[in-house]
Amino acid sequence: MLNTIYRLVAPRRFEIAFQDISLQGDEVIVRPTHLSICHADQRYYQGARPAEVLAKKLPMALIHEGIGDVVYDPQGVFKPGDSVIMIPNTPVEKDDVIAENYLRSSKFRASGFDGFMQEHVVLTHDRVVSLDPSIDKVIAAFTELVSVSMHAVLRFDRFAHKRRNIVGIWGDGNLGYITSVLFKATFPDTQLYIFGVSEEKMSSFTFADATFNVDDIPEDLLVDHAFECVGGAASQSAINQIIDHIQPEGTMSILGVSEYPVPINTRMILEKGLRMFGSSRSGREDFERTVALYQSNPEIINYLSNIVGAQVPIRDIKDMNRAFELDNQKNMGKTIMIWDK
Amino acid sequence: MVFGVILAGGVGSRMGNVEKPKQFLKIGGKPILIHTVEKFLMHDSFQELIVLTPTEWIEHTKNLLKKYLGEEGSTVKVLKGGSTRNETIMNSIAYIEENYGLDDDTLIVTHDSVRPFLTYRIIEENIKYGLQYGACDTVIPATDTIVHSEDGKVITSVPDRSKMYQGQTPQTFGAKKLKELYQSLTEEEKEILTDASKIFVIKGEQVYLVEGEVYNTKITYPYDLRVAESLLNDQKNGK
Repeated sequence: MLNTIYRLVAPRRFEIAFQDISLQGDEVIVRPTHLSICHADQRYYQGARPAEVLAKKLPMALIHEGIGDVVYDPQGVFKPGDSVIMIPNTPVEKDDVIAENYLRSSKFRASGFDGFMQEHVVLTHDRVVSLDPSIDKVIAAFTELVSVSMHAVLRFDRFAHKRRNIVGIWGDGNLGYITSVLFKATFPDTQLYIFGVSEEKMSSFTFADATFNVDDIPEDLLVDHAFECVGGAASQSAINQIIDHIQPEGTMSILGVSEYPVPINTRMILEKGLRMFGSSRSGREDFERTVALYQSNPEIINYLSNIVGAQVPIRDIKDMNRAFELDNQKNMGKTIMIWDK
Repeated sequence: MVFGVILAGGVGSRMGNVEKPKQFLKIGGKPILIHTVEKFLMHDSFQELIVLTPTEWIEHTKNLLKKYLGEEGSTVKVLKGGSTRNETIMNSIAYIEENYGLDDDTLIVTHDSVRPFLTYRIIEENIKYGLQYGACDTVIPATDTIVHSEDGKVITSVPDRSKMYQGQTPQTFGAKKLKELYQSLTEEEKEILTDASKIFVIKGEQVYLVEGEVYNTKITYPYDLRVAESLLNDQKNGK
């Protein structure tokens, strides 16, 4: 079958391409319905990646956060019309120790190969997770991002020592918000402090126990463990601020992506005996845990609805450009493309 | 009940010196007809898919469906086409009537086999608007100015382009209604009314517009085949 793919060929320019899909294979064919724009997509769209990266990666279909409806499953595991979440991480080998999202051989949608901006997406069964019809699809669209926070919270539980009286989350953007929501749902007894720059954004963190402006943190304030959800140019100041305000032997979970190497205060990491670990992307288990959490803690969906920004119906390439431009202008929130291709 | 009716009746007279009707030529290593049938197989609302083809190509069509689509291909009904486009459609309606009966909700989504680039959405909207309005036609806004000439020598009029559309397929109709309207035509009218939508319009029935896609083109000339092949080869550029 001739499948239509909408690839970014150059900054701000999408073009149509076609690819033959075999119906004789074992894979599930999913028709995307709701796609969510991530910073990583926006960086490709704006051409804000180094020229050699763009030259290597483009043309490529963007988007790695999305849901869709099954249209064809030769194995009959899914029925046509079933709502599913698509997993962008695509492992090519199995490892009993290393998680699928850290295997260097794994491919990732809209980074190593075509993302979800397609008429149909072909996925193996293990890259598809059932979505209960009761879950709001606009929110479910960015489950991938939620699963990244879930992954980081699960890793925190694995690595952090048992004193968890106060945990700090640096970052008041989408990732900081989602990680905070999930953390509080998972560890309701831990005092959760938020460290950000925008009073307005931080006012949405109503479930947190306290919020602090990063320019005005009390000197004697200390947290047992911390998450960094800042990234970009502010990574350096956020990480060093965490090092200053964390108790000895605390863990620091790093989630923010920086395009450049970040100088940090390693002397104090040594002196305090800190444990720093990275968290990136997510795997099937994280998606399943996230969906289970949607069911067990329905208030999560309400919290997540606070960060839904523009919803843009997509009928043609003009609409795709409009969605990315709107997303670029926004202060916070997720832009969702209602995919009608 | 909704039926997919794929019209593969053409013998490719416009295609130049090729051995086979154009629907059997390959793009991307697969016959055009197969690409088209696959698009219809993605929809579970079809009760049955029917392919209509010239008598001498019926067995070939069946073999291709089996070869490229396996079990799934065997579920597609292959029937003999008629002498004209409308007669071909009538053959499909006769088959449906015989096997399922015709009622007001029997819908046929008719499509040119040589338009393999149609999309899921186009089919979906044809079904939706077909059920809602009784008939619909897939079109795109005209990009070139359309010139009307009565004698083929001088311009009679230049219609307002913003109101002009180019017809594509699918065209979707209530099967019972189409049969009634077609049977009410004189032989002379049948000669002129080669397009089923036109029969509806002339008889005062409303035909809803479904937005097509520029690339949902008909592979008619050798040039189209080259374009289709190069569109598909684009995949090699994807990372």
